[in-house]
Amino acid sequence: MDIYKHSVSLDIEKCKGCTNCLKRCPTEAIRIRDGHAVIDPERCIDCGECIRVCPYKAKKASYDRLDVLNEYKYKVALPAPSLYGQFDNLDDVDIVLQGLLDMGFDEVYEVAKAAELVSSYTRKYLKNPDIPKPVISSACPAIVRIIHLRFPFLCKNIMPILPPVEIAGMEARRRALEHHPELKPEDICICFISPCPAKVSYVKNERENWKSNIDAVVSIRDVYFELIERMTRCESPTISTEAGMIGIGWASTGGESSAIFNDRYLAADGIENVINVLEQIENSDMPDLEFIELNACNGGCVGGAMTIANPYIAKARLQSLKRYLQVSPNFVMADEEIPQECFSEDEIKPNSAVTLLSDNRLEAMRMMAQIQELQDMLPKLDCGFCGAPSCNAFAEDVVKGEAKLEECIPLMRNLNRSAQQDGGNDEAGSIGGKT
Amino acid sequence: MISVDDTVKFHFDVDGENFSSAGEASIIMKKSLRQLGFPQNVIRRVTIAMYEGEINMVIHANGGQADVEISPDEIKIVLEDSGPGIADVDLAMQEGYSTAKDNIRALGFGAGMGLPNMKKYTDSMEIETEIGVGTKITMTVKT
Repeated sequence: MDIYKHSVSLDIEKCKGCTNCLKRCPTEAIRIRDGHAVIDPERCIDCGECIRVCPYKAKKASYDRLDVLNEYKYKVALPAPSLYGQFDNLDDVDIVLQGLLDMGFDEVYEVAKAAELVSSYTRKYLKNPDIPKPVISSACPAIVRIIHLRFPFLCKNIMPILPPVEIAGMEARRRALEHHPELKPEDICICFISPCPAKVSYVKNERENWKSNIDAVVSIRDVYFELIERMTRCESPTISTEAGMIGIGWASTGGESSAIFNDRYLAADGIENVINVLEQIENSDMPDLEFIELNACNGGCVGGAMTIANPYIAKARLQSLKRYLQVSPNFVMADEEIPQECFSEDEIKPNSAVTLLSDNRLEAMRMMAQIQELQDMLPKLDCGFCGAPSCNAFAEDVVKGEAKLEECIPLMRNLNRSAQQDGGNDEAGSIGGKT
Repeated sequence: MISVDDTVKFHFDVDGENFSSAGEASIIMKKSLRQLGFPQNVIRRVTIAMYEGEINMVIHANGGQADVEISPDEIKIVLEDSGPGIADVDLAMQEGYSTAKDNIRALGFGAGMGLPNMKKYTDSMEIETEIGVGTKITMTVKT
């Protein structure tokens, strides 16, 4: 597997080695080793769940600092629609956009605008009779990644159209060069203001034959404090939003689905719920659906780990903000095709290497038999003292040679007790897999 | 190295009292088959056949036992319950035929596709059933 650049990382100094993140990681990517958490880069989907639950703020998202912008001549802000929901008593999106200009951006290209184009492309794409249904949204990178890792059979259902943020980057770059033909491509910084670490990873990972149009990704949190003081001083904005209700609706779960203008959709959020839904789709135990919108964060993008406001409060604010906007000013005409450049070049390939016990089937079977044997022996407390999220995960770690059976403290204690009762018969040395 | 006739076995008690856990065993099997590196279409066939069987045992027989035996070239699934038995197997195998109650149908089950799907997704399926005693279904999927 290619090396995937993650944007969720750990501050070892702050990590106490507690079990909060261990228990909450939806892909069991975390282990506690030598007193602190270790994230398995192959399993991590950058959902940010560990950032939210860490009581010591030891987990953090990596993204660009605002001063990276100083390196460029011409700066274009790409605000995520979730940014608009962060502010109390805001009644006009234009004030946010003006605030971005006042912060030093030369131009703003709203991701909400590109989202409306994606909605329009989606409606067109769904009319194609030859595509695998239900079509799964490609907007949330954590979802796309978990499908690669855990639901390989559903890879073909992922919509092959680029997510709004990337189309916004492409259009923003084109527009900047049109307005300012004197600029060289390297003078321009297309800067996405992101609600979550997963989108940072999406941008920062270059694939074969593909590089994102986005040059920098900053967090909503950092931008918020810069914006808020400028926004309070703003009286009459000189810029108006180019997005409508649909584009802004993408910020929370259900917004993207409602834009397909068809009630045969499902919209789910929260990574646990999403995994359940994916399990059921894979079992083909689903009503006849056209479209599935899945968001890793509670509430959708407004729940991203790099936002400020509570996701449900942000959603309520967005409802009133979008009330008097046009439905969707951005769309393609019925006779227009989806532009070829908006299709994802990425061939979505299932990646089973993460789940596989061994390349050799017989060896894998032998390991599985050992895992079962260990699982029967372990106390089933899922206490996490061993550093694995559950007894079952620990049994797998032991058989894979990544942990030692002695690390199971309850088991050792019980064996000690029975050894004392039986007059010393050390059973522990004779069981377990590789040590 | 283990010899070819070696197998990995799984046993599940399918809880008839708890409808919300129905389908759990097939999800565990899916994960295990993936860890063993079976091809995706094999995994899919096994999990669908097993899921349908599990749901049937919960709906009709107040639960039962599921045993899966994995060998390198074949996966065998045995589902056994002490339910009411199937009165007319040929009729039960027809698509759309179901004796599920309305409350079960309201949940989206009982479409009469359970047994037909189990047959469709497996390479062999054998039903042994006796009224008032129970039903045993043995299915195999070649890998």
